[in-house]
Amino acid sequence: MTTTVKTKKLSLVQAVTDGLRTMLAEHEDVVLLGQDIGKNGGVFRATEGLFEQFGEDRVIDTPLAESGMIGTSIGLAMNGFRPVVEMQFFGFIYPGFNQLVTHATRIRARTLGRYHVPMVIRAPYGAGVRAPEIHSDSMEALFTHVPGLKVVVPSNPYDAKGLLIAAIEDPDPVLFLEPMKVYRAGRAEVPETKYTVEIGKAEKLSEGEDVTVLAWGAMVPTMKKAAKNAEKALGISCDVIDVRTLYPLDKETISESVQKTGRVVIVHEAHETGGVSGEIASLINDTSFLYLRSPIARVTGFDTPVPVFSLENDYLPNEQKIERAIEKVVRF
Amino acid sequence: MKDESFFPIQQIVNGEGKLVEKSFEGSLTDELVKVMYEKMLRARLFDRKGVNLQRQGRIGTYVPFEGQEAAQIGSASALEEGDWMFPTYRDHGATMTYGQSLSRIFLYWKGRYEGGVPPEGKHIFPPAVPIASQLLHATGAAWAEKKKGSDRAAIVYFGDGATSEGDFHEGMNFASVFDVPVVFFNQNNGFAISVPMSRQMKSKTIAQKALAYDMESVRVDGNDVFAVYFETKKALERARQGNGPTLIEAVTWRYGAHTTSDDPSKYRDNDKENEVRREKADPLLRVERYMKANGIADDGWFNNLEKALAEEIEKAVSDMESYPNVDVNDLFDHVFEHPTWTIEQQKQTYLAAKGGKDE
Repeated sequence: MTTTVKTKKLSLVQAVTDGLRTMLAEHEDVVLLGQDIGKNGGVFRATEGLFEQFGEDRVIDTPLAESGMIGTSIGLAMNGFRPVVEMQFFGFIYPGFNQLVTHATRIRARTLGRYHVPMVIRAPYGAGVRAPEIHSDSMEALFTHVPGLKVVVPSNPYDAKGLLIAAIEDPDPVLFLEPMKVYRAGRAEVPETKYTVEIGKAEKLSEGEDVTVLAWGAMVPTMKKAAKNAEKALGISCDVIDVRTLYPLDKETISESVQKTGRVVIVHEAHETGGVSGEIASLINDTSFLYLRSPIARVTGFDTPVPVFSLENDYLPNEQKIERAIEKVVRF
Repeated sequence: MKDESFFPIQQIVNGEGKLVEKSFEGSLTDELVKVMYEKMLRARLFDRKGVNLQRQGRIGTYVPFEGQEAAQIGSASALEEGDWMFPTYRDHGATMTYGQSLSRIFLYWKGRYEGGVPPEGKHIFPPAVPIASQLLHATGAAWAEKKKGSDRAAIVYFGDGATSEGDFHEGMNFASVFDVPVVFFNQNNGFAISVPMSRQMKSKTIAQKALAYDMESVRVDGNDVFAVYFETKKALERARQGNGPTLIEAVTWRYGAHTTSDDPSKYRDNDKENEVRREKADPLLRVERYMKANGIADDGWFNNLEKALAEEIEKAVSDMESYPNVDVNDLFDHVFEHPTWTIEQQKQTYLAAKGGKDE
C-alpha cells in the first residue's frame, strides 16, 4: 500500500511559518514571543497570519527587549509552556546572551532535572541581503560553545519545517538559525502535515569520490554550485554535505565521508578563528586522521566584523573561493 | 525629585517592640507572633551555623543574611501552596520558611547540585548567582500561571544593586505590560558589596522605580516582620485577583559581610556604631520585647525554643555531612534530557580512566 503525502510548494520562510502553524494548532502550550511578530507578522513575515489565527495570547508582541523575551520564556518554559522566541535578527541576540548562557542552558543541571527549559530561539542570520551593520552577523560558534544548547541551521524549506518542529518538541533549549539569504531563494515541496527532521543529523546532498565539502545555511547553495563547477571544469567529484546541526555534530556522516574521500573543504560565512569549522576539523582529526591525504581547508569569512554591504561580497565565501580550495586539497 | 516622604515606610511594630499601627492589634494573634519569632530565630541560628561551618572548612564560601530575617520570613510566610519562589543566593531564611530543607541549603554551600533541588511539589527555584536575571523567570512563571487560569502567584527576591541591572527594568516592564501576578520583593540593605545606595542610584527610594511602570509599590520597614508579612500578603492577593504586579522595598540592614570571603571593615561602619544601631534595628529583639511586654511568652519559652532549634540545625548539619558521596554521573546526565554523543563519549572516557569507579 502506498500513501500519498500531500505537499505544497513553499519558500524557506513560508516553511517556517507552516511549522509554527502546525505546532500552534497541535499543542496548546506552544506560544510565540517576539518583537513585531503579531499584527505585523514579523519583519520577514515568518509569523504572518498566525496572530489572526491563534490570537494575541499565543502570538505575543513583546516589548523591545531581548533579555526580557528570553528571560520570561525561561519562566514560561519551566512552568508548562513551549515558547518560541523570535530574535528580529540574530545580531540582536547579544543583550539576551546572559539569559541563554547563565540560565536557559543550566537550569536542568542546576536542579538535577527537576526543571527544564523546552524553548526555541529563532533568528534570521547571515550576510548577502544588503542589511545594515549587526543584522548580518553569523555568530553561531559563540553558541555551539555553550553547554546545554543545541544549534540548528536549515538550508532548505523541507528541513526548515521538519527541524523546527523537532526543535519545538525537544525538551531542551534549541537555537534555530534561519539563513536570510535563502529565505525566499526558491520553493520546494513541503508536506502539509507534521513531520520532523532529526536534530544532530547531517544530510549528504551528492556522492563523490575525491573530496568532502561541508557547509550550512546560506552557504549550502553556494557550495553545491562550486562542487558542480569543480566536477565540470576540473573533473573532481565531491561528496557534498549539509551539516544542518552544529551542535551536536553528526560524527558518523562526516567521518564516513572523509574516510572515503580523504580530503576536506569546510565552508562557512562566519569568521575563521574559533569558527565551527575548527570543531569539525578536530572531529575529523579524532575519527579519521589516518585517512587524510591533504590538510583540511576552510573557506570562511574573515576575522573582521561582518561588513556593511558595500564590502559584503568581498567578505563572503563565493563559488570561486570554494572551487579554488577544492582544487588545492585535491592537487596537494 | 521624590524624597523618602513620597513613599513613607510602613511599620506595625517599632524598634522598641511597641505596636505603632493600632489597626493591626487584632491581627497580631499570639500564635502569629510566636510563629514569626520562631521562624526568625530558626533562620538566625542556621545562619550563624553556616558562618561557623565555613570558618571550620566544612562548607565552602557562605553567604550570610543575619539582620534580614524579618524581610525574608515575613515575605515568605505570605506565600500559599503552589506559589512560586525565586530567591537569590542569600535568601535561605525565605526558602526554609517556604519548605526547603536545612540540610539541602547546607548542601548548596557544600558545592552540591542537590542543594538546588526543592522538596517534591514545592516551587522553589534554585538560587541564581547572576544579578536580577531571575526577575524575568519569575515574571515568566507567573505569566504561565495566568495563562493557565490559576490563582497562583510568584515572588522574586533581589537586592538594591540589582535595580541597576537591565533585567530589573525588563522584568518590571514585562510584568506591567502583561499584568502578571508577580511580587518583586526588594531587600534594600544599603550596600551592593561595597557600593552604598547613594552611589548605586540617585533615586531616594527603590519603591519609586515602580512609578515608571505604573505599578503598585510600597516601602516597608524590612526589620518589622509583621509589616513585611501583611504588605506581602496584600501584594500577593492583588496578584491573585488579577490586579497586577507589585514592587515592595523592604528597608533592612545586614550586619555581616557580603560573603564569608568579603571584608566589610573597609567600607562599613565600625563595630561600636553597629552595636548601637542594632539595638534598635534588630528584627528579633523587637518581637521579643513585644512578646514580653504583652505577656505572650516568658524566658522559659524562649529557652526551650532555642534549644529545640539548635537540635534541628545540628541534625541538618549531620544530614549534610552524612549525605551520600557525590555521584559523578550528575556531572554528565543533566545537561540535556538525553546526553549528546560528545557528553556520553567524554563521560565514558573519564570513567574508564578513573577505573570505572566513583571515588
